[in-house]
Amino acid sequence: MTASLAQSSPAVKTGSRAWRRFCRHRLALFGIAAIVLLVLASVVGPSLIPFDSLKIDIRHRFAPPPFEGHLFGTDQLGRDLLVRLLMAGRISLSIGFAAMIVSTAFGTLIGVAAGYYGGAVRVALMRFVDAMLCFPQIFLLLVLAAFIQPNVVTLTLVIAASSWMEVARVVEGQVRSLRERDFILAAEMLGASGRYVMFRELLPNAIGPIIVAATLTVARAILLEAYVSFLGYGIQPPMASWGNMLNNAQQYLGSAPWLAIFPGLMITLAVSSFNFVGDGLRDALDARFDLN
Amino acid sequence: MANFLFGRLLQSLVLLLIVSVIGFAVLHLAPGGPLAQFALVPGLSKEDLARMAHEMGLDRPLPVQYWEWLTRLLGGDWGHSYRDNRPVLDVIAGRLPATLELMGAAILISVLVGAWIGVMGAIRRYSTFDMLATIGAMVALSIPTFWFGLIVIYVFSVHLGWLPPGNRTTVGGDGSFLDYLHHLIAPAAVLALVEVAIWSRYMRASMLDVVNQDFIRTARAKGLPERTVLWHHALRNALLPMIALAGVEIPTLLGGALVAETVFTWPGMGRLLLDSLGYRDYPVVMGILMFSAVLALLGNLLADIFAAVADPRIRMA
Repeated sequence: MTASLAQSSPAVKTGSRAWRRFCRHRLALFGIAAIVLLVLASVVGPSLIPFDSLKIDIRHRFAPPPFEGHLFGTDQLGRDLLVRLLMAGRISLSIGFAAMIVSTAFGTLIGVAAGYYGGAVRVALMRFVDAMLCFPQIFLLLVLAAFIQPNVVTLTLVIAASSWMEVARVVEGQVRSLRERDFILAAEMLGASGRYVMFRELLPNAIGPIIVAATLTVARAILLEAYVSFLGYGIQPPMASWGNMLNNAQQYLGSAPWLAIFPGLMITLAVSSFNFVGDGLRDALDARFDLN
Repeated sequence: MANFLFGRLLQSLVLLLIVSVIGFAVLHLAPGGPLAQFALVPGLSKEDLARMAHEMGLDRPLPVQYWEWLTRLLGGDWGHSYRDNRPVLDVIAGRLPATLELMGAAILISVLVGAWIGVMGAIRRYSTFDMLATIGAMVALSIPTFWFGLIVIYVFSVHLGWLPPGNRTTVGGDGSFLDYLHHLIAPAAVLALVEVAIWSRYMRASMLDVVNQDFIRTARAKGLPERTVLWHHALRNALLPMIALAGVEIPTLLGGALVAETVFTWPGMGRLLLDSLGYRDYPVVMGILMFSAVLALLGNLLADIFAAVADPRIRMA
């Protein structure tokens, strides 16, 4: 009885309630921990390991893990696999975050404009989003990636260009329903400009779903980077990314399976962590889940 | 119904038009544009290239070029492959059956397995099975398809020797249906992984929606056995939104097929796209891009029509 009273009392701030609900979500906490660990290991790890990620050591090729300090073994050129995995983590995680920021910013812009102006603007923008979603994301991404000189920046932009549509849809839906609320009417009657209403009134109130979509976009972007790099149109060797490490691994599948297993596990760990966090955030920030 | 059909058809045509504009833009984004095919031919002077650009109409205003390109596209002339000069539509048609078979098998697996997991999860909500299915679906959505393919090859082909590691039939084999089926299992299962996850989530949500409705309470109140209520009354209604989902999932499925085809050297449209990208065979690349979008549009349209036929509430709304 007291518990239910405490929960419904307006004294409990939305923020702390969302935080408590997020903490109940053990998978999301696991996700946060794993992401922090991955980022820390990628940033600090390579300097703690006495091997260089690019140094070729022909005498110790295909050393199975663990081998004389090579905890995860070595690859076809005798390079330490662990340090390469961590260096690859820097690249893959950076691209994931950066692509998320670019695509979320662009998608939000499109979504807010479509939702706020409505009418012809909405129809034009959202039909464009629909049309973009008709193309399989990987097809679009591969074709665009084949047109560019692949490096971290161009790859980020290309991934963002093929994954902003979901965010735009989410934001447009949110803004369209918020648009009809009284506080927007009040702001407009006070003479607020369109830009003020869009970015000071509408956007802050739609931030929950945007954060959720952004988190899931990181997961998606890491996967997409892995796909293009695996297929040879992404990060180019000798620079390591989780995707291009798997590119070579396929031909040594029978003799050196660890070359394929570890990078894939890293991708799966990173991507599922972001998906868990996104799911937890959705439960925490979406008021509808209060009913359950 | 006629109104619904007309509206939906018009919407698809508008989308098709926008899709074609995007396709045209991408074609002109290609380095060198449509002239790229001659860039590597030795002995061509700048004047030759300019003359050819003029002959191909590349010096005219873009809207005019777009219009001509679109009318040719609609007339079935999708250009010729740079590689062997065959018509693009022929090249695609040669690879399409392999991809459609792969997709069909994957859809079959995902609908059966995914729907079953979803229904069981909804019936035993918050049970151990439900929790495991929830976590499993999220992990399945996080596993890179190509890596899963590699692991399947490693376990079932390299280690156990149960399944062939690739291709559509045994080279020099008897070409029997069983041999073909044997080759289909691994790529279809790999492609289905993500779809099973998606289907089980949607099915669970849809089933939970239906189970809380009044007609289910009525069915229970009049004393029907729980099995009949769930598997007959509830499931039939919970499956309705799944028809539309099947249409929406086509682009994802096509994208997944590309990855599965690459890993398992399956001679489908996805592999063709990758090969054509490698050869800078832009007419075929463009053709596949446009074709896949049209396929997605058609799938969506058909799914919506089927859904409207099955559920009068949709076409009334």
